[in-house]
Amino acid sequence: MSALTVAYALLFYAATAILVLGVLARCWRYARTPQPLKIPIPPAPTTRGGVALRMLLEVTLFRQLFRSSKWTWLFGWMFHVALLLVLLRHLRYFTEPVWFWVDLVQPFGLYAAFAMLAGLAGLWARRLLVDRVRYISSPSDHLMLALLAAIAASGLAMKYLAHTDVVALKAFFLGLMAFDWQPLPADPALLVHLALVATLMIVFPVSKLLHAPGVFFSPSLNQVDDARERRHAAGWSAKIVHVSRARGG
Amino acid sequence: MAAFETPPLGEYPVTPPLRQGAMAHSKPFVAKADHQKPLGFPGELVPDWEKVAVARLGELVSQSRGLQVFLDSCVKCGACTDKCHYYLGTGDPKNMPVARQDLLRSVYRRYYTFAGKHFPKLVGARDMTREVLDDWYAYFHQCSQCRRCSVFCPYGIDTAEVSMAARDVMDSVGLGQKYSNEIIGKVHKIGNNLGLPGPALRDTLDGLEEDVKEATGVDVRFPLDEKGAEVLLITPSADFFAEPHIDGLIGYAKVFHAAGISWTLSTHASEAANFSLFIGNHDNLQKVAGRIREAALELGVKRIVVGECGHAWRVAYSFWNTLIGPFDFLDPRYPAPQHICEVTWDLIQRGALTLDKSGNAGKVVTFHDSCNVSRASRMGGAPGGQFTIPREIIRACVERFVDMAPETVGEATFCCGGGGGLLTDDLVELRVKGALPRMQALQQVVEEHGVNYLAAICAICKSQFTKVLPYYKHPMDMIGSVHGLVSNAIVLGSSK
Repeated sequence: MSALTVAYALLFYAATAILVLGVLARCWRYARTPQPLKIPIPPAPTTRGGVALRMLLEVTLFRQLFRSSKWTWLFGWMFHVALLLVLLRHLRYFTEPVWFWVDLVQPFGLYAAFAMLAGLAGLWARRLLVDRVRYISSPSDHLMLALLAAIAASGLAMKYLAHTDVVALKAFFLGLMAFDWQPLPADPALLVHLALVATLMIVFPVSKLLHAPGVFFSPSLNQVDDARERRHAAGWSAKIVHVSRARGG
Repeated sequence: MAAFETPPLGEYPVTPPLRQGAMAHSKPFVAKADHQKPLGFPGELVPDWEKVAVARLGELVSQSRGLQVFLDSCVKCGACTDKCHYYLGTGDPKNMPVARQDLLRSVYRRYYTFAGKHFPKLVGARDMTREVLDDWYAYFHQCSQCRRCSVFCPYGIDTAEVSMAARDVMDSVGLGQKYSNEIIGKVHKIGNNLGLPGPALRDTLDGLEEDVKEATGVDVRFPLDEKGAEVLLITPSADFFAEPHIDGLIGYAKVFHAAGISWTLSTHASEAANFSLFIGNHDNLQKVAGRIREAALELGVKRIVVGECGHAWRVAYSFWNTLIGPFDFLDPRYPAPQHICEVTWDLIQRGALTLDKSGNAGKVVTFHDSCNVSRASRMGGAPGGQFTIPREIIRACVERFVDMAPETVGEATFCCGGGGGLLTDDLVELRVKGALPRMQALQQVVEEHGVNYLAAICAICKSQFTKVLPYYKHPMDMIGSVHGLVSNAIVLGSSK
């Protein structure tokens, strides 16, 4: 077993643990923190079902973003959908036999990598060229785009420039999952790709990538507009007590 | 106060280029110890205020899921950057919603997140310093908490919540805003924002009874503290004195009169406004709202109706049930507080009011959706009632109604520029510039449709427009109450 294999195996165990535990811890904190007052924003549904639909449209179509900025929506949506397809395509390295629908996604996943890069390029261009967006950008905002672009580029490099041994790679990941380590192919593009992906997994729970779980906990989006019909109370507002007085008393 | 220029109205709205520091000088007067103490805040900047501020911020974040999610989730996509009326009117980048949030987010990150503790430069985290505090004081008093940006945010990040939290932190270290805090003190002490005691209020109402009698020949009553009345009317105290607010109050009285509904005002709860919302302090929020529950129980009323006031309706609609509910003592047919527009519209639909449009002859009316009514409350049973009901009432009262451009009304309405505790003369430059997007939309309907009347259902909007309309070459009396229109149109029965 090479030192490289050991290093990457440990890296991926650590990255997975940090990603999963970090995001779970954050979700746990969100779930546990009370929202004392009702603050839904319109168009606020008046039923739970309505909220579910709103959330679905928000996370699949980015409805509010569509209203506010068509270019950001176009590039952002393109990037996210492409990323999803690419991730689904990558399931083939973690499943044996490969699930049939992963095979169906496979051809789209390839084009998606280009769409992902195009989306990132568009978002980055906005960040650099629009004075308002440039003003609000921190170094971390640029680094995040660089990281994602480098992941996509190194992935494409393996497909089109320097093929890697995907069979051995799959054996490596299946081995990791079964705690039966297998050697990792020592191709530079692959090593770069994997290191960047692990970096992304590690920074996820301490970065703005928390918007992914955060959107589901956002009270302005997930609250039902029924303040008059149902008395809402949580946190400090649940501790309110009135000296009750009988009617007419 | 420095002289300033009213921004010119172009042919169409434009997003201005960045003008860094353009509004850095805009700061409201600081509250004195006398204004701070009655609200439970320190009278002056406390020793070790940096630590106190950071601790208070941590406390607020731990008490509010919203605040926590909003501070963590922003990806700096920039969708909100051209949505704030204060940015559009001033070009100051710190008036872009995300940049405003970042004033506080940078401190939150520094003290409460892994990335900010260990890599502050990378993620734009900052220590709590005097410079930061000064920035907070300037720019968190350039947010009217209108929530327009949150409607356009993919995560629903609500800058109002962030700005309320910042103001609460500032109050907790002894740096309060005079305008809001002085007013809240008056409510605690006397019962209304104006500091108008009971006898003076009775006197005013007597005067109104005489005026209406003179104008219509009808004895329309303006009752005060009448036990056993069916309705307790909670209205902004501006309705008792200010123009054009007072025409609205007369309108409510005529509606109740025509429908034969007995009603009363209360000296104890002679104020619908609750400025504690603006300073984000829930102890004061609850205390001010508490007066209404006390008055309702004391007077034994069956219904509570709220007059034309934007943020008051937000507090009544969204928070009263939480703060002073449950309303199990009210008539089960009206188990929750209602907006006066809901009452009037219901009566119109049932044919209980006779309206004669000729009372408003010559008026071409448009309607300004007030931010808190539009984006933080509702009317009627269906979503969007807060937009349709006031318009239906206006249409029933006037011959011609025209809406302003769709991207400037409804959910996307622009703030009048004076909401959220900014309706003070020490911020007049901000108010004039912040009114730009609304004035732009108004100008268009004035030119294209001959609009000569701007109706609103918010005391702050009415006062703000009275002040800023002349800066944009419109007459100040162009602004009026929706119930002022009702008052002109309503046909009352013959006098007793």
